[in-house]
Amino acid sequence: MQKKVLKMRGIYKSFPGVKALQNVDFTLHEGEIHALMGENGAGKSTLIKVLTGVYTKDAGEVYIDEADRPVHIKSPQEAQKHGISTVYQEITLCPNLTVAENLFIGRTDELFVNWKKNNQLAETILKSLGIPAKPAQQLSSCSIAVQQMVAIARAVDMECKVLILDEPTSSLDDQEVLKLFDLMRELKARNVGIIFVTHFLEQVYALCDKITVLRNGELVGEYLIKDLPKIELVAKMMGKELGDLANIHNNAREEALSKSEAVIEATALSSSSGIRPFDFTAYKGEVTGFAGLLGSGRSECVRAIFGADRVTKGRLKIKGETVAISSPIKAMRKGVGYLSEDRKRDGIIGDLSIRDNIILALQVMNGFFKPFTKAQAQAFAEEYIRLLGIKTASADTPISSLSGGNQQKVILARWLLTHPDYLILDEPTRGIDIGTKVEIQKLVLKLASEGMSITFISSEIEEMLRTCSRLIIMRDLYVVGELTGDDLSQDRIMYTIAGGENQNVKKQ
Amino acid sequence: MSKNNEKISSARILQIINTVIRHKLFIPIAFLVSLLLLNVFINPGFLRITLGKDSAGNPVLIGNLINILSNATELVILAIGMTLVTASSKGQDISVGAAVAIVGGVIMRVLCGNETQPSTLHAPVLLALLLGCLAGMACGAFNGMLVSRFQIQPMVATLILFTAGRSIASMAMGGLKPKAASAFGCYGNFIPGFPVPTPILITIAMIAMTCVILKKTNLGLYTKAVGINDKAASLNGLHPKRIKFLTFIIMGFCVGIAGFVQASRVQTVNPYTIVPSIEMDVILAVALGGNSLGGGKFSIKGSIIGAYTIQTLTSMLTTLNVNTNAVPVFKAVIILILVAIQTPMVSSLFHNKSSRVLISGRKERG
Repeated sequence: MQKKVLKMRGIYKSFPGVKALQNVDFTLHEGEIHALMGENGAGKSTLIKVLTGVYTKDAGEVYIDEADRPVHIKSPQEAQKHGISTVYQEITLCPNLTVAENLFIGRTDELFVNWKKNNQLAETILKSLGIPAKPAQQLSSCSIAVQQMVAIARAVDMECKVLILDEPTSSLDDQEVLKLFDLMRELKARNVGIIFVTHFLEQVYALCDKITVLRNGELVGEYLIKDLPKIELVAKMMGKELGDLANIHNNAREEALSKSEAVIEATALSSSSGIRPFDFTAYKGEVTGFAGLLGSGRSECVRAIFGADRVTKGRLKIKGETVAISSPIKAMRKGVGYLSEDRKRDGIIGDLSIRDNIILALQVMNGFFKPFTKAQAQAFAEEYIRLLGIKTASADTPISSLSGGNQQKVILARWLLTHPDYLILDEPTRGIDIGTKVEIQKLVLKLASEGMSITFISSEIEEMLRTCSRLIIMRDLYVVGELTGDDLSQDRIMYTIAGGENQNVKKQ
Repeated sequence: MSKNNEKISSARILQIINTVIRHKLFIPIAFLVSLLLLNVFINPGFLRITLGKDSAGNPVLIGNLINILSNATELVILAIGMTLVTASSKGQDISVGAAVAIVGGVIMRVLCGNETQPSTLHAPVLLALLLGCLAGMACGAFNGMLVSRFQIQPMVATLILFTAGRSIASMAMGGLKPKAASAFGCYGNFIPGFPVPTPILITIAMIAMTCVILKKTNLGLYTKAVGINDKAASLNGLHPKRIKFLTFIIMGFCVGIAGFVQASRVQTVNPYTIVPSIEMDVILAVALGGNSLGGGKFSIKGSIIGAYTIQTLTSMLTTLNVNTNAVPVFKAVIILILVAIQTPMVSSLFHNKSSRVLISGRKERG
């Protein structure tokens, strides 16, 4: 029997209007990779934050290393001293500092810092982990994936007994994920206990030894991975059977879409983001997708259509009418909606209420001198809270206090409220639980069947295959192919990404 | 049974107290009220308002409260603008004092021309007001352009006008220190025959106008959205730069009105001493109102309460015959206490205590 490195007993934590954790137990042994699973709002992040001292628990005890006396962790620094390191879902480093500074900041008690030595040290660490960043590079100039890896490197480099990875893979591509897994196995061999919070079932089964499942802030149970088939895990997380997921299928694929009218026609469009000129057409009632590796220009294409980046060249027709989209408001007035990729940075207005967040886009379209009355706004908010099943105490709650999936639903509500003809969903399912993912996918298909044209972008190819009837494949800011019908398979996509030519081939 | 009921109702009272304490305007209001009570304690006649006669025999209201309400006018009006600027640009306009001087200078020049002591006004007061407001808004436009267009930090951008403003005002008056005819005095004092000081009426008008604008336009929502997350705001079709610029223009309008009232009080303007360091009091009013100086959500009500709090404090220290040179020290100490109370550290202590009371109340009930 291996030593217990961490034992949490009877943890309670509540926020105004929400009981986030109720009587939750958690045990971690050394050299164990332990998955913490649950839907959004199940209390995973709260449990982690209680453990690391970000939140103060209302009740309960935390023991470390089989000690008899519980420890009281009041801050992340204290957690650090107890050997608990964390990498959060959202990057929590300082973007304005260099990579090396981020690796070492706050970790020394000495008065003077030898940055030269630190930079060398950082270089060694980065090299050994294969992270493509230079120590003296400013962190904000790295991609999100690299930033995430730097955060992990920082946590790994500290003497830690317990490493918490909160959704570390949600912004990494497959290769980077594999690299991270190697790293985790290495740490496991060194007897580090790892708490792994993720929504990706495959990753859990590829890597973990045990699973603890939470639902609605309560403990469902702790299971050995071999005792819990995937389908049962999902059932335990959702309290229902998975079946739904397999049933999602894009029927529109079979229907003849060529006859219907084009909503968006872009010709040789390019923008200040550096995207190469691309052609793109979206038809009424069709779900299209942009596929490609991280940074291949998926988002940049749709941002050009929405006017989020400055369009430098090319022509854009919306519903047959040539338009000049110089700013998002112009695209919105023409019936285009854009749910942005980075929810925290570009989506939510943190301190504002759910109501204000929902009405914002429509309100802006309505104009400066025509504010909705409070009753109107409340009615809109309540309608969509009900429609999308947003879990909240009231429409007055600040959006920042919701879980990731619910925040995403609020942003989705914001765009649905504008009743767009063409809706762009850029990574709408990133970092949210499987139940909500299924809901969003179903919603996309439903909206398309009602005549909306939708572009759906996701890092998960399975998800795109389920929802999209046409995929634009991208590599290195070029459109390298377009797949429809029988060509829509994982293999074909991989092949096209790897081998397609740098032009708009197979335009058909 | 009845005992049980009593416990339930006491728990409910605790709950109500708890919600009141947690209200974001609780501390600003509580402080203003306690300051007023302290004044009553020092001077039992503090709240008394009487109808007297001024030297010309016109009826006027006299009393400490009236003085405070009247003297706070500039502070209140400027605090309204400052709240919006703070919310949208995440910084403060420190040039408001200098801008008030410029407005005052322009108004004096319009009313007096090149004479130092004209017996009649050279132009209609309305024209002076209009040009004064335009001057204020020009100052706002200058600051707003630096902040929104060139993305200079507000405090650095407004430092420019802060440095130059009072000299510009002096130049606007042609280096003279004219005194306008006494007819101009009624806007900063009394309209003959009407007992309420005009500045109070102007304050009420400005507050009412602000309420209407916030109700009838999306200024509030847009400002908050831009202040909290300008990237997200721009993806929702807003133009963050334009909104920041707009708040500075509004600030400029407020400066125009405040400068008009100030100039009318003694019908003369000394650009170098008019409203000394009022910018700090204005910023403080915004902070005392519970607003974050880091931008985002805002409460204009809070700022107005903050402005009256500062004025009450100032006049209290004056009536206590505190040595003029020592006044800032007393003010600083009281402000320190006030600001400390509102820090997250102290307020979480506050909340924990009150929620503990609530929990123990609940336990008793259970």
